Amino acid sequence: MLSYIIRRFLYMLLLLVLASVVSFLVIVLPPGDFLTSYINQLESQGTHVTVDLAIALRRQYGLDQPIYMQYLKWVWKLLHGDMGRSFQWQRPVSELIQERLPMTLIVSFLSLLLEYAIAIPIGIYSAVRQYSIGDYFFTVMGFIGVSVPNFLLALVLIVWLYRTFGVSAAGLYSAQFKGEPWTWAKIADLLKHLPLPIIVIGMSGTAYIIRVMRGMMLDELNRPYVTTARAKGLTELRTLMKYPVRVAMNPIVSTIGWSLPNIFSGMTIAAIVLGLPTIGPILYQALQQQDMFLASSTVLIITALTIVGTLISDILLAWLDPRIRLGD
Amino acid sequence: MAQTDPASAGFGETLARRVRRAPGTEEEKIFAASQWYLMWLKFRKHRLAVVGTVVVGLLYLMAIFAPFLGPYGKMERNSDFVYSPPQKIYFWDGTRFYARPFVYHFISTVNGQTFTNEYELDKSIKYFVRFFVHGAEYKLLGLIPTDIHLFGVEKGGTIYLLGTDELGRDLLSRVFAGAGISLSIGLVGVLTSFFLGAILGGVSGYYGGAIDNIIQRAIEFLLSIPNIPLWMALSAAVPQDWPALRIYFAVTIILSLQGWCGMARVVRGKLLELREEDFVMAAQLSGASDWRIIVRHLLPGFMSYLIVQMTLAIPAMILGETALSFLGLGLRAPVVSWGVLLHEAQNVRTVAMHPWLLFIAIFVIVTVLSFNLMGDGLRDAADPYKQ
Repeated sequence: MLSYIIRRFLYMLLLLVLASVVSFLVIVLPPGDFLTSYINQLESQGTHVTVDLAIALRRQYGLDQPIYMQYLKWVWKLLHGDMGRSFQWQRPVSELIQERLPMTLIVSFLSLLLEYAIAIPIGIYSAVRQYSIGDYFFTVMGFIGVSVPNFLLALVLIVWLYRTFGVSAAGLYSAQFKGEPWTWAKIADLLKHLPLPIIVIGMSGTAYIIRVMRGMMLDELNRPYVTTARAKGLTELRTLMKYPVRVAMNPIVSTIGWSLPNIFSGMTIAAIVLGLPTIGPILYQALQQQDMFLASSTVLIITALTIVGTLISDILLAWLDPRIRLGD
Repeated sequence: MAQTDPASAGFGETLARRVRRAPGTEEEKIFAASQWYLMWLKFRKHRLAVVGTVVVGLLYLMAIFAPFLGPYGKMERNSDFVYSPPQKIYFWDGTRFYARPFVYHFISTVNGQTFTNEYELDKSIKYFVRFFVHGAEYKLLGLIPTDIHLFGVEKGGTIYLLGTDELGRDLLSRVFAGAGISLSIGLVGVLTSFFLGAILGGVSGYYGGAIDNIIQRAIEFLLSIPNIPLWMALSAAVPQDWPALRIYFAVTIILSLQGWCGMARVVRGKLLELREEDFVMAAQLSGASDWRIIVRHLLPGFMSYLIVQMTLAIPAMILGETALSFLGLGLRAPVVSWGVLLHEAQNVRTVAMHPWLLFIAIFVIVTVLSFNLMGDGLRDAADPYKQ
């Protein structure tokens, strides 16, 4: 078990390095390095940037050196917790990310939980009552769920709620609670606002899991051991839960890690549309304003969250299923 | 082999003649049927998939003939009718029934206090919908200059079936026009993914070993990057002053960066399966080169799976482009695509006041749904020999 964990951990480190390269590309790719936009911003604020100042800035940010040197410098700073400074907000990037990270994790985690909590029972039901009205209903909903892009769903829901109830469902806090210290009332308010984003983010994943679960259950329900269990006199519920469900759940649980990119990706765009205080909108604004340090750090954090999450789920799975840690 | 042996030549010929001449029972037809015919039969059984395929076909026709189908040009503005709500078509005017559809006269007045347009119907004047009318000029199929539109109304009347946007442009015509870009990005993106994926997957599956390992790890890594943040970051890097066509291809490449992974996996999986088959060994012993074996012998065997994979990848591409353009990071005005059209709907207040801007969403959803259904049916049909 330990050797498995170590192996996966080392592999994760390698992936993180690759992720940092990709995130660094975000800084380097846009034409005209970020210094040009920084200088533009300085000038628009009234600071006259002389040529000497420009050269000094260039040296400070290491832009006069080859790319790999810039990359190494950037990574070195990262490891010390310095993610650079945001131009728009004039604050360290690490502060900005730290503010948003908890909410990001909460929303993502709850979406993941909801996805599986809803999809697995529905999938089981769909398989057991195959071809029933419930089955057809959920199959159709499943198809639609996979086909509706989540930002559109978010938009439609917000508009509908706004027009029907005059309520602005966007954001996670009502206006009166923004920036207030945490009280029970604030938590209650938060809970009221959470369902919308979570449903929006989790919907396509839920639909997918329902279909997979249904397919796996259908495969298992016809096996001889199910008939044996029934013949032995187990109640229907216990028969289901003890045997086919456990077998069918295996591929689903083993791919929890692979729902994570989907969740973070959906969370990003849903957060932008719904105005949630998570990392997504920060990335969006950073990209629009050419705030490159912020953008690349955000991409790195989101990717890192996915990679670490996958590691955690793999370890959990290896703990549950001995075949995996022995066979890898 | 049968032809050289005189005895079996007769038998073979007779059998062939018999099968050809008398298809006879259903069973015999299926027994002698080709692989593609079997697939077609199985596909037909999946009713929803057939519906999906028909809808997809209609959508592409719509994209090709967009300027003809829409009553207005995609750029045609009318500042008198900014943000006008959709107009209804009537057959009944309260007193009698008309066989020809008509719309009422739509009057736009400027509110003296808010300086916005207000719209009301003038039921005293009817404009009958005419077909094959003259309208904005365009080039049919990009070649033939013409100005005939499928339907329209005469001057003085307006027929904004889906309403207008902030510049007074007819949304229906723009939706038709946007279909071209949105649907074609799906195709181009999938073709790019196909080439990349087939080559890398083929190499990975055929040679195995270290190369296989490296490519698989690369795929795992690429797939672990959440796609929307990656797309957002890469599209923001595309210079805004590039010509529209170049931006189009840049977006396609960005979308294909993860798209090829799915294809590569399918190719690799099938190659691993088929690599052990006897006919591969026979081909190798006959001296065929590796390349020839892959392309000529292995690939046709799982063409059907590749087609399924491609069909299922198209909606992801379409959604990707729509999401990017919706955020303003992909294609931008004046290019017309569904995502660009939705970009206007980004502001919640704007959409709440003018909800018809969201009609485009229906087109997107229907497109994705149809492709998914079609892909589902193709997937069921892809292995007609499976029980």
